[in-house]
Parts: sequence; structure tokens; C-alpha cells
Amino acid sequence: MYAATKEWAAHAPSAPAALPSPASLPVPSVDSSVRVVAGELGDARPDPLAIAALNGVSLSLGDPAVSILEDVSFSVGPGEALCLVGPSGGGKSTILNLLAGLVSPTSGRVLWEGKPIDGPARDRAVVFQDAALFPWLTLEQNIAFPLELAGFSKAERRERTEELLRLVHLLKFRGSYAHELSGGMRQRGAIARALATKPRMVLFDEPFAALDGQMRELLQNEVERIVRATGTTMVFVTHQIDEAVRLGDRVLLIGARPGRVLGDVPIDLARPRRSGDAGAVRLVQSIAAEIRAEVEKVAREEADGAWGSSNSRDGSDTRRHLGGGI
Amino acid sequence: MTAAILVAIWAAASRLAASALFPGPLDVARSLAAAAAAGTLARAVLTSAIRLLVGYAIAIAIGVPLGLVLARSDATKRALGPLLLGLSSVPSICWLPLAIVWFGLSEAAIQVVIVLGAALPVTLATESAVRQLPPTIERAARTMGARGPTLIFRVLLPAAMPGIVTGAKMGWTFALRSLMAGELLFVSGGLGQLLETGRDLADTALVLGIVAVIVVLSRVSERILFGPLERAIARRWGTATS
Repeated sequence: MYAATKEWAAHAPSAPAALPSPASLPVPSVDSSVRVVAGELGDARPDPLAIAALNGVSLSLGDPAVSILEDVSFSVGPGEALCLVGPSGGGKSTILNLLAGLVSPTSGRVLWEGKPIDGPARDRAVVFQDAALFPWLTLEQNIAFPLELAGFSKAERRERTEELLRLVHLLKFRGSYAHELSGGMRQRGAIARALATKPRMVLFDEPFAALDGQMRELLQNEVERIVRATGTTMVFVTHQIDEAVRLGDRVLLIGARPGRVLGDVPIDLARPRRSGDAGAVRLVQSIAAEIRAEVEKVAREEADGAWGSSNSRDGSDTRRHLGGGI
Repeated sequence: MTAAILVAIWAAASRLAASALFPGPLDVARSLAAAAAAGTLARAVLTSAIRLLVGYAIAIAIGVPLGLVLARSDATKRALGPLLLGLSSVPSICWLPLAIVWFGLSEAAIQVVIVLGAALPVTLATESAVRQLPPTIERAARTMGARGPTLIFRVLLPAAMPGIVTGAKMGWTFALRSLMAGELLFVSGGLGQLLETGRDLADTALVLGIVAVIVVLSRVSERILFGPLERAIARRWGTATS
């Protein structure tokens, strides 16, 4: 695995050359190439500045055990917007659940302000892909629910709920139930609910995957605006590279089966950003190339393995082994 | 309208049969009016209703928590699941002989039958409703700090409410059936006994009248008990009302 990662690093395209950009555009520093972190994984020490960190985390689930994550280490700085990107089923959501405290690692440590996480806590909120608003409560009651659990008084709840409804532009829909809201409105409601108790970190689990392109862009702007305004640390999981580049201060590439960190890309683009920026497009392309290389490498390894076993063992029809191990 | 046509057909058929064994709607109404005037009908309805409500309340009090435990604890599910599924295929009236041996010809014996009849569908419906909740509902609640009783009473049970109400409604029907079967079998003072009285006296008009009363009571009670709940659920979940 280690050697393979090295080999992959050698194939990584060099930094895209900075193109002359029109003076009117904010000049993005596009010399930030993919920084391969494989060499640092072994001696990952807790970063004293980090608000949250994974230290050599592995996770296996099921019987027989299937390895979901293998030796994952990274840290999140306070106020940082970190995006996790990678192919589907790659354990990105599992990393989020670990940070939320909903899952415990098989080995390694998940740290929050230097202490191991031993369960969910209010300073780490989650926005789920399906919004997960409670259907039996109105939008207003949904947002007030975490406040009530946290012991806020009725007056405080009303005030904070109204503030949040205004923040996500849903004041008019305060009395609506989830099924009466559109997908985008539901996600905005879920974001408001997550922000209710002023968490230090918000974890987003592919929240816009089910939305159409325009709505997604609108909500990306909203998330950027809200996260900036509240100074919240954010970890945002997505399988869309442009979304990661659009929102992240840093993008982690997560490989699949088992999930592991393949690369760590700082995104030094000026904010507010737009998806179409030249710098953003170049970064998206270079990250896409990295991921494609990884996917191809995995596919090649799998195919080679199948060749080897079928030739040496029984010489049967090799076609039967194509895709073996997928 | 349809009811009027059906009653007209019934009246015509009864006239054609011209037999005391097949009374027409007028005979039935007359016989019911007589029972009502004598006070026997009201007393029987009241006796049966109280019995039913008590037994049903016990069944809900057992069924919902048991279903919840079955859904949340795999060990309990493995231990009790097959037993409960087996029991649910036994008509509850089959327990009456045993109940009579244990409790005698008493209120308790009928209650056993009602509770056994109603608790099982409520249990199974609650279990499947809680099991089928989207996992993110519970995860979201846990990240907000909901644990233990808060998680159960403020999140899991409300979230499972549509399924629980469906089960509770089924339980009500089962309770009513068990009650009638139980009341038929010994002197009990309820509607079932009034049916028996009708049979003893070969008063077919009274028997048919009581059947009509049972139909009406079961419909009306369902409306009263579940109508508001079902409307609230339809409003919140966006499902169609039945």
C-alpha cells in the first residue's frame, strides 16, 4: 500500500503553470499542487493547533470484518473549511460519523480539542444528506428542538429560532412541515437546526447530492456565507470535486476500499468564490486527474491479481475473473 | 344512499322469505327500540365499552413498550420474536378456556382474552415502525444530545407514530372481536351476552339489531379514537387520509 502510494505520487502531474489572469479577477495562487501526505502518515503527531484530528484511525465493520478505513490521519484547524472528496463508498461519511462521535474507531484515536471523542456532543453538529428534519415537527419546532434539549428557555428558543430562520431565509415557512418544503429548503432548515446551539464545528454529509445544479450552487453560496459569518469550523463531505474546491480551504482526497487519505490540497482561492473561476477549474482538473489515477491504479491492481491467480492456478477462462474483488 | 338501497333490498328479501327467522329492518328497529326502552341495550353497551377500553388500554401499555424493546434489542428479538409470531397466529379466544380455569368466570378472564388479542398486533406494528425509521433521524437526535428516555419519548416514538397508530387501530379491531367472542361464552352483561339472549329466545330481530349496533359502535369508536390522530399524522407526514 505504502509503495503503491509512492508510485502514485511519482505519476502525479506537476503543478499547473500559473496562467496570466486578467487584472480584474482576484489572482488565485494556483501553484498549490497536490501535496502527498503518505510519508507523514506514519509519524502523525497531534497538531496542537487542531480543533479536531484523526490519528492513525482504522475501522472495520461486520462479520467477517470489512476494512472501511485504514490508517487515516489528518487534522482540522479552528475555523477551517475542510472538504473530503473521493469516490462513493470510500468511507468519507464514516470519517464524518467518527468526528460526530456516532461511530468509534477499531484502532487509532479521534480527537476533539486534544481529547478522545467518546460520543456525540453539541459542539459538533451534523447536516445529513437527507436533511433528517423531524416530520412530526414544524420547521420552527425542528430548529428549536436542539435548543430545548440544551436547556434554553422558551424566550431564548423563540429568539434564536427566528434569528436562524432569517439567516437561512425561511422565516415565511416557519410553520411548515418537512414534506411541504422543497429539497433545498429542507437542507437550509437542516443547516439552521445544526447551527442552533452554536456548535464549534459543523459536519456536512453530502448535503446537496440530491439537489439540482442551480439549487446546489445557491446553497453552496449560502453555506459559505453562513460559515464565514459564524466563524464555524466545517468538514464537508462530497463526491463532487468542484463543490469541494468551491467551499474548502483545504481538500482531502479519500481513496476507496479501504478508505485512506491520498492527498491534501490547499485551496488558496480568494473568497467569495464562483464555480467557474479559472483557478478553480484548473484545481478541479488536477484533483480529478489524481482521483482518476487512483481509480485506475486500483482497477489495474485488481485486474492483474485476477490474471495472476487464474494463470497460475487453473488456467480457466480469465474473463470470469474480470471485476473480481469489486 | 347506498345504505338506503341496501335496507330496501333487505326489506324486500325479508318480505319474500316471510319467515320469523329472517326479520326485516322494521322488526329489527322495533326490537332494538324495545331493548333500548327497557334499558338493557344501554347497560350492555356501557358494560362492553368499559371492558373494551380497559383491556385495550392494558394492551397498548404492554404492546408499545414491548415493540420498542424488540426493535431496539436484538437479544430480545431473538429470544421473543419467534414466540410472538407463533402466538399471533392463535386466535385470542383460544385462551379463554385457560383464562377461565385460572380466573374463573370473571371479568379477568375476558380481559385476558382482550389483552392477548390486541397487544400482539400493537407490539408487532410498533416493532416494525421503530425498526424502519430512517437511521439519520436517530443519528441527528443523538448529535443534538438526545439520549435514553429523551431519545425514546421525544424522537423514536413520535417518529414511529404513523406505524404505531396503524397497529393500534388494528389492535382495536382485534380487541373488539376478542371481547365479543369472550362475552358470547358466558354470562357477562355485555353486548355479547345480549346476542346470546337473542339466540336463546330465538329473537332473530334482536340478534340482527345487536350486530348492527356493534357495527355502528366499532365505526364510531374508530372515528373518535383514531380520526384526530390520523388527521394529525396526514398533516405532518403528508400522507393521504384513509
